Amino acid sequence: MDVMSQPGRPDRAANPGAAGAGGSPGPEPLLRLRGISKHFGAVQALYGVNLDLPGGRVTALVGDNGAGKSVLTKSIAGIHQVDEGEIWWEGRRVHIHSPKDSAALGIETVYQDLALADNLDIVQNMFLGRERLRRGLLDEDAMERAAAETLAGLRVTTVRSIRQPVATLSGGQRQAVAVAKAVMWNSKLVMLDEPTAALGVAQTRMVLDLILRLKDHGLAVMVISHNLNDVFEVADRIAVLRLGRMVAQDDASAFDRQSVVDYMTTGESSRTVSERPANGGRN
Amino acid sequence: MSGIDTQGGPSADDGAPLEMTDLTAAKVDIVPPEIVANDLGQYFRAWWARVRGGDAGILPVIFALVAVTVVFTIVSPNHVFLSAKNLVNLFDQSAVFIVLAIAEGFVLLLGEIDLSTGYVAAIGGIVAGLAVQSSPDLPWWVALIAGVLATAAIGAIQGTIITRLRMPAFIVTLAGYLFWFGVMIVILGTAGQVGITSNVISGQAALYGIVYSYIPPLASWVGLAVIVVAIGGSMWLRDAGRRKKGLVAPPIGLTLGKIALIAVAGGAVVAISNVNRGNFLPVIGVPWVVPLVLAMVGIFTLLLERTQFGRHMYAVGGNPEAARRAGVNVPLVRTMAFVLASGTSGLAGIIYLSQLGGLNTNINGGQLVLYAVAAAVIGGTSLSGGRGRAVHGLLGGLVIGAIYNGLFLMGLPIQWQLMITGLVLLAAVSVDSLSRRSSGSMAKP
Repeated sequence: MDVMSQPGRPDRAANPGAAGAGGSPGPEPLLRLRGISKHFGAVQALYGVNLDLPGGRVTALVGDNGAGKSVLTKSIAGIHQVDEGEIWWEGRRVHIHSPKDSAALGIETVYQDLALADNLDIVQNMFLGRERLRRGLLDEDAMERAAAETLAGLRVTTVRSIRQPVATLSGGQRQAVAVAKAVMWNSKLVMLDEPTAALGVAQTRMVLDLILRLKDHGLAVMVISHNLNDVFEVADRIAVLRLGRMVAQDDASAFDRQSVVDYMTTGESSRTVSERPANGGRN
Repeated sequence: MSGIDTQGGPSADDGAPLEMTDLTAAKVDIVPPEIVANDLGQYFRAWWARVRGGDAGILPVIFALVAVTVVFTIVSPNHVFLSAKNLVNLFDQSAVFIVLAIAEGFVLLLGEIDLSTGYVAAIGGIVAGLAVQSSPDLPWWVALIAGVLATAAIGAIQGTIITRLRMPAFIVTLAGYLFWFGVMIVILGTAGQVGITSNVISGQAALYGIVYSYIPPLASWVGLAVIVVAIGGSMWLRDAGRRKKGLVAPPIGLTLGKIALIAVAGGAVVAISNVNRGNFLPVIGVPWVVPLVLAMVGIFTLLLERTQFGRHMYAVGGNPEAARRAGVNVPLVRTMAFVLASGTSGLAGIIYLSQLGGLNTNINGGQLVLYAVAAAVIGGTSLSGGRGRAVHGLLGGLVIGAIYNGLFLMGLPIQWQLMITGLVLLAAVSVDSLSRRSSGSMAKP
């Protein structure tokens, strides 16, 4: 980002879409963060972070441990409140004070622990806290039909029964249920925290396919991941945090594995990946 | 998507299947059989696979009921255990344990415990008893409501302390155990007892009649028919409707089997109760406490399994953090569980009052609460939360009632009763922890 015009950093990292004062050639991103700062006591977790999350694109948020990925995510989700900075949602300035605010905008977060109740079945988990009622009682038929539609739309077809308890699901299936639960509510932005961390090869494949499907549905997706294989597989854009600062943010094609690692560890990279012109990004 | 399906389900996606066995893959065997089976044969095969996988479900409590019945029938003098007179007596005695077990089940469902339910039950019974004693004109139902409200208020106090002050339920309700024991002695005063054996005062006669007045045989058969048709009909319509809409539904045979089971069990209870069990004058009919207990099982089943509040109770019991993030008011749900537990205990105390014809300071609330926990756990409620139904209290309460009744029939001294009850409680908790251990492991290598 332009905040961090460090020496030795190629031009392209100064993402034009991040030029807050205008001159952005691309369409308005769904979510636009400008100068977000956050501290906990004496510890400064985020320093003036800028981030754009366009609809229909997968943005990977990468960074080493302690880079501030979680704090940034939780700030968007409303769990933390930012100290400074602006949040723009669909071109409007918004304030997110609580998880409810972010849910009302259409932001859903799938945390690493997934937050599923093992003793409840898939339908019950997907509607937890937002149950549909009919004459004062739970409308199981309507909920089951809607859940089945959402799962079918995401092509989650490997579960034996939509009525099986979540305890009986595999890791990938659980992730799929958590994602389906998140997209069920007309959400426009889904943030996934380490969605493939605990998964085997096949299950990871399933979750990555699921992420691509969310993108096809026009959602903005932000994936936090340590796994650069996964990042390069699904991400359209990559944003790199280092020690609370956004050190690079551009189309995925502008990076390669080594340059991402360079940014993550040193905050800069001397590598030039492609012959694409500077500032030639789609946003 | 495709290829990750290690369970043979349909795979809609394209691409070459990756034949990989994922270590995170699910334990196939423990999927509830009723949601995957298409007919009764498949159901029983899936059910058996699940039992072998370590999740025995309702099997232990059925086994316990059969074992207790066989043993006591053999060892009781003149095999009197299975006589109509004793069985009706058993229904009466079990009623207290059943209702207490349902009460305890509300807090066990959240992974909490309430040690005060025994003496809270006593308070409920005493409040109702004193109410009908105080005024001859007071209707019985006012006394009943007073007893339930008083105990529900106790639950609200304890629940609020536990959830708002973040104190462990074990300690708060242990304090409640002592405190309400003391309060009970204070209320009973110098007389040390409350009796409701007057058959002149209508309120007292009515409370006494919960256990000791009987539904006429014809009325009980008609009532049973109405209940079976109503419950069976609604079950049938529900399952048939879901099958028609293509939603997950149990096989037709299972629906019919459940309805038949309700009819047979209800028929057996009514038939047994309609055998003359009097020695000189004929005594015939179903005690009112039986439909009262069954109505409570029905109401609480509806509350837990068909309402939003009940769904939130299960969610908080299963994963409180998930419930909190989903917007469930977790402290409120937890407080309400203690209110429900105490209020229901109060009702159990009123049944106890009726059964004994009065209550005095000798009531053993400590033993009652252990029986309640034992009954709930034997019935299939998990001590770790998230699993439990009203019907578990019914089944577990019957087992405890049968043991209590059988030991009494054998005339065993109190020390033997205590030891046997202790062993039964231990066995129940073992079954619970064993089933949890096996369902936490993988059924297949």
